[in-house]
Amino acid sequence: MSQPPLSRRRLLLGGGATLAGGGLAGAAAGLALSGNDSPAVSQVVEEAKGSENVAFYGVHQPGIEDAAQAHVRFLALDLKPGSDVEHVRRLLRLLTDDAARMMRGEVPLAANDPELPALPSRLTVTFGFGPGLFDAIGRPDDCPDVIRNLPTFATDQLEDRWSGGDLLIQVCSDDAVPLSYALRRLTRDARSLATVRWCQSGFNPARGSEPAGTTHRNLFGQRDGTANPPGATTEFTDTVFSTGPDWLKGGSMLVFRRIRMDLDDWDDLGRPAKEMAMARKMSDGSPVTGGSEQDDPDTAAVDQNGFPIVAQEAHVVQATARVPEERMLRRAFSYDDGPSADGKPDCGLLFAAYQADAAKAFVAVQTRLAEADAMNEWITHIGSATFVVPPGCAEGEFIGQALVG
Amino acid sequence: MPANLKRSRRFAFAASALVAVAALSACSSDSATDSDAAADNVKVVGGDASATAADRLNIADQWVKTADAKAGMTAIFGTITNTGDQDVVVESAKTSASDTTELHEMVMKGNEMIMQEKEGGFTVPAGGEHELAPGGDHLMVLNMTEPIEAGDEVTVRLTLGDGSTQEFTALAKETTAGEEKYDTEMDMGDSDEMGEMEDAAK
Repeated sequence: MSQPPLSRRRLLLGGGATLAGGGLAGAAAGLALSGNDSPAVSQVVEEAKGSENVAFYGVHQPGIEDAAQAHVRFLALDLKPGSDVEHVRRLLRLLTDDAARMMRGEVPLAANDPELPALPSRLTVTFGFGPGLFDAIGRPDDCPDVIRNLPTFATDQLEDRWSGGDLLIQVCSDDAVPLSYALRRLTRDARSLATVRWCQSGFNPARGSEPAGTTHRNLFGQRDGTANPPGATTEFTDTVFSTGPDWLKGGSMLVFRRIRMDLDDWDDLGRPAKEMAMARKMSDGSPVTGGSEQDDPDTAAVDQNGFPIVAQEAHVVQATARVPEERMLRRAFSYDDGPSADGKPDCGLLFAAYQADAAKAFVAVQTRLAEADAMNEWITHIGSATFVVPPGCAEGEFIGQALVG
Repeated sequence: MPANLKRSRRFAFAASALVAVAALSACSSDSATDSDAAADNVKVVGGDASATAADRLNIADQWVKTADAKAGMTAIFGTITNTGDQDVVVESAKTSASDTTELHEMVMKGNEMIMQEKEGGFTVPAGGEHELAPGGDHLMVLNMTEPIEAGDEVTVRLTLGDGSTQEFTALAKETTAGEEKYDTEMDMGDSDEMGEMEDAAK
């Protein structure tokens, strides 16, 4: 920053006074201005957000339509060998009860530490069923083929330690403390019936760092998720939620990918190259051909020499849905598990794609991306797991009850 | 024991008044695991519905401690709330887990905390609550022949002072809560029967 801090504070004072006069609503609960010449002139009192909670019970599971929180942990469990429908029923009964209570800001049954879950900060718990769960309950044929046999792609370098799982638990919160507690208690209640296959932690920009609704930035610096359908719209429902069979109505399909970023190379790439790879500007995510973030790049636009401005291999061109069935909700989080001993980054994206039918959405899009995505130069898919996401449930029921019985 | 005789009579009375209650041993398939839902469970009445103690009683946060068949016993906890303006006495309990359930309290005898049957049952004060918690009052399930595993549900029926009954389900949770032993000289093993009983109750 070129300006000294004092100037910035004075700037804030002036701006604050103007805004207060103009009746700015929202950003601050209270704006207190002291004497004109005091250096600490601007004090913003923010309303605490910790008690905000998301409803667990409903037509759909939580943690899908809710704006992506600041923190996530994806936990994949494997049922213990020999598990049958009764084991699965017990597991889901326990975990559903835990999730509902902790999302309300309460302790699970039999726990006595109410301070830890008291401020859930939009805690959500979302469950997904892998092929192994369908096998355990004796309904292997009900597992959609795309969930059991996701195609492999030429660019995949999948590692077992980040892949697969019988039961996925996605736990999100704007605060890592209640998230940690929730994940720990869920795991504790699961461990008599299941083992941990993998656990992956991710994050987004802190809540409130930008106005609500702003598309998050990933660790490449790009706005990530621009094309997502807006919540509470028919487009969202059609994109994300299944219409059947009955046990899946209101549910979804989740394709989870751990995507490693080669950040050392990316760092040193010139900005024009970065923007050409994406067909969007780094600054605000708008197309390189002009317009605003929500606009598509103009693939017909040419430069002064008559050459196309947007490359056919640009990520956005390849990733954009070409038919409505290809749309998906990209509920992504960054990960940073580095650096390594030699100082290399270990960063990337925990890409969670929710869609009504993964065969028509993720598979179709990823097939194109694997063939010709300029971003393939700097990304590698190193983990993959697919799950059926059952619909939500009513109070007194457990998640997946219509399937598991 | 007079107290037991009295309970038997009351239970017989209540049972004869029941028509629509499912057998206790039957596991409800859509069982409520949430406290609010459980509070709405069927209340069994003999006479004017609005006048029974069961109508004024709610159960919340109820759970049962897991136990293997060898232990043969366990305990049920939760918070009983009385919304009425008269005290309600919980006189006895029956569960789907065994044929014998007793109402227990923990009391200090000399230097030892021991568990014993609660004389006169649990009184839930008018407009108040009575907590069943590890280390305190609880429903003691005895003579179990099958294990109770994590995630199981146990159906519980309380018989109240006026003969009305209330039924709820308790979710089985695995925990060692309440098993602390503060006296270092105390035998840490659970080999004797009394030790096992106390552990199950805590």
